[in-house]
Amino acid sequence: MIRNCLLCGVGGQGTVLASKLISAAAMQRGDDVRTAETIGMAQRGGCVVSHVRIGRDIHSPMIPLGQAQIILAFEPAEAARCLPYLVPGGTVVVNRKAVQPVTATLSGKPYDAQAVLDYLAAQVENLVVLDGDAVCAQCGSPRVLNVALLGAAAQSGALGLTCEELSAAIMQRVKPQFHSLNLQALALGAQAAEKELSHEDEAGTV
Amino acid sequence: MAKTFLMGNEAIALGAIHAGVQLVSGYPGTPSTEVLETVAKENPGHIHVEWSVNEKAALEVAAGASYAGARVMVTMKQVGLNVASDPLMSLVYVGIEGGMVLVVADDPGPISSQTEQDTRHFARFAKLPVFDPSSPEEAYAMVREAFEVSEKYHTPVILRPTTRVCHGCATLETQPALPARPVPGFGKDSSRWVIFPRLSNANHKKIEAYLPQLGKEFCESPFNRLSGFGRRGIAAGGIAYEYLMEALGENTDVRVLKIGTPHPFPASLAVEFMTGLDEVLVLEELDGVIERELTVLCGRYHLRTKILGKASGHAPCAGELSVEIARELAEAFLTGSEAAVPLPNPPPLPVRPPVLCAGCPHRASFYAVKKAMEGKKAVFSGDIGCYTLGNAQPLDMTDTCLCMGAGVTIAQGLQAVEPDAVHFAFIGDSTFFASGITGVVNAVYNQHDMVLVVLDNSTTAMTGHQPHPGTGRSAMGEIAGRIDIEKVLEALGVCSIQTVDPLDHKLAVEAVRFAAGIPGVRVIVFRSPCVAIAHPNIPFRVNERCVGCQKCIRELGCPALVLQDGKAAIEPSLCAGCGLCARICPAHAIGGVEA
Ligand code: SF4
Ligand code: SF4
Repeated sequence: MIRNCLLCGVGGQGTVLASKLISAAAMQRGDDVRTAETIGMAQRGGCVVSHVRIGRDIHSPMIPLGQAQIILAFEPAEAARCLPYLVPGGTVVVNRKAVQPVTATLSGKPYDAQAVLDYLAAQVENLVVLDGDAVCAQCGSPRVLNVALLGAAAQSGALGLTCEELSAAIMQRVKPQFHSLNLQALALGAQAAEKELSHEDEAGTV
Repeated sequence: MAKTFLMGNEAIALGAIHAGVQLVSGYPGTPSTEVLETVAKENPGHIHVEWSVNEKAALEVAAGASYAGARVMVTMKQVGLNVASDPLMSLVYVGIEGGMVLVVADDPGPISSQTEQDTRHFARFAKLPVFDPSSPEEAYAMVREAFEVSEKYHTPVILRPTTRVCHGCATLETQPALPARPVPGFGKDSSRWVIFPRLSNANHKKIEAYLPQLGKEFCESPFNRLSGFGRRGIAAGGIAYEYLMEALGENTDVRVLKIGTPHPFPASLAVEFMTGLDEVLVLEELDGVIERELTVLCGRYHLRTKILGKASGHAPCAGELSVEIARELAEAFLTGSEAAVPLPNPPPLPVRPPVLCAGCPHRASFYAVKKAMEGKKAVFSGDIGCYTLGNAQPLDMTDTCLCMGAGVTIAQGLQAVEPDAVHFAFIGDSTFFASGITGVVNAVYNQHDMVLVVLDNSTTAMTGHQPHPGTGRSAMGEIAGRIDIEKVLEALGVCSIQTVDPLDHKLAVEAVRFAAGIPGVRVIVFRSPCVAIAHPNIPFRVNERCVGCQKCIRELGCPALVLQDGKAAIEPSLCAGCGLCARICPAHAIGGVEA
């Protein structure tokens, strides 16, 4: 079985490290991994996408459309942009906060992030909206959004990796002075998702 | 065998280390940069690694080491090969001693390049063997083979990965490293190493003799192979082959020819593939190189196979391929492929062109020049680097961009025929060393009238912050000879040099006004480190004094400045605390934390 995970966001948000952590965790379990990253000009505030594919005999480094079991979106508009990659019934974990491109700010017409979140809620069966700002504030660092999203993704079950496996990857790949900060963000991300998911169960709808 | 998770570029680097490479030189360029960086990082100690000043220098340094029998590798992106083409064309005729592999990364799309040029053509033009990997695993294996071929035929060999191979990661098994080999040393022989017309004539014949021979050998290579059955066929190379295999899945009802060595072409294998086939579809990115080879073979061997591809309008002539495109094109050969259910359209999504980072000193430099030249006739020639992004609104300060170093010289041509405008050329520090200096020599010598603005952020930022001759550090991380940009300019005889911190807005504007007002070749060096490597300052904040004029937003275009309820606000996770917005706010509403 192949597990496909797509990460998308805005250049500078830390998608590459998140994809590296997923890959490291999967490798540690003995799985083969194939990935594709966006490196280059787009890293300066453009749209960036990382494809992570876990399993044997995978040819393309890019996930074919409609085959990602989970999308980790660092930004609502990027989630909507990448939605065609999602398998029917798949899971999307999205950070609530919009990043307005300079062009939108300049024109005085910021894009309507709430409309995009509503669209996601209507199209996605399993949607987890994470308040990344709150987690970052709790951790005291704006740089842990990526790991918080990983925690939420692990909690959703669609990533196929546990928080323990991701913690081990963090210990292995992140500089020691940032271990506790990242482990805290991972746990807070998981907690937030747990709340949201149980809330969904009670309500029966999204 | 050890299993590791490697990016394509890392796999190439390890492939070279394990093949006993002794010198690696190159110039940064997306998507090739990580190859040399990885060799530097994984250097067992005996490899000389260097960021050369440009691709031509890199190739010549490597040629020297190869003459003495060392195994060498040179890395660059496709447009870098244009710079290195002068030594390369001749080197093919002279030949080499120690194996030489040129890693030239192509960029279909293009994603981070000026052109979609195809290095496979270049290999043919220069009469060089070329390997075209479809995955990091294959790239790793090809490096070793490329060294063997290089030494067997005394020719440089090109390895041409494309972006998706360079920046894709895979789990792969590495081979044990070959035992280190002593460098035999340079054998003096002027009849071999000094190129003269007579030598070129003789060696040209040798090249034409060994290329077909190598083409035959390539028919047996594991990198070229046949699979599948049926009366229709698909030929593919590079990443397109992997897209095709993904699209085909379990389907073996089509014959597939994989080409891993597009030049010299494995002709007899291709003829075997086409024999009995009615139609062949060719899947390849960039130009129709395989397509043309197959078409020629059909003519030569009187085959009736129809070749479908770019020339016939069956495949897109530009841009990247994907699994979806491969599937769509191969549809006729497939059974039971399911069409995806389309999603309803999302609400309008914002476009996201790349921009200068929040706090980037280039923004301050461009803004100072813009302010100083307001209402005056001026042309702004740009160059290659992060600062090309100075073209974006609201700065709009890049009127031309062609290739590395061209801004300096284009400004001179413009000035010669349009002398009533002030002609500015912007160049980054790394580009200045790579190919800007000759342009300055030209300007002084030919008495052009221009303002050169050196945007010195002490790094090669766009490609991921490599050192360069002005940084005082080398690729091996050692303290290196530091070359002083101002001293170079002084020696070249420019008439005025000012060095200014662009974040000091008032001083910066004054410097530009002064330079614009005098004749000759004048230079301003705007020096301030790239924020992506400098420690960011504490984020600035907008206080209640903000009157909502939006001057900061409208004039700077800093991504950290956003509009909130009609007033400016600063996104703390992005702001680097450069203070530029605070300096221009007419209401003094922006300040550090205490404000
Ligand atoms: S201080 Fe102002 S201009 Fe500088 S990074 Fe922060 S918001 Fe942008
Ligand atoms: S990486 Fe450095 S040079 Fe490039 S845009 Fe960012 S701050 Fe400017």
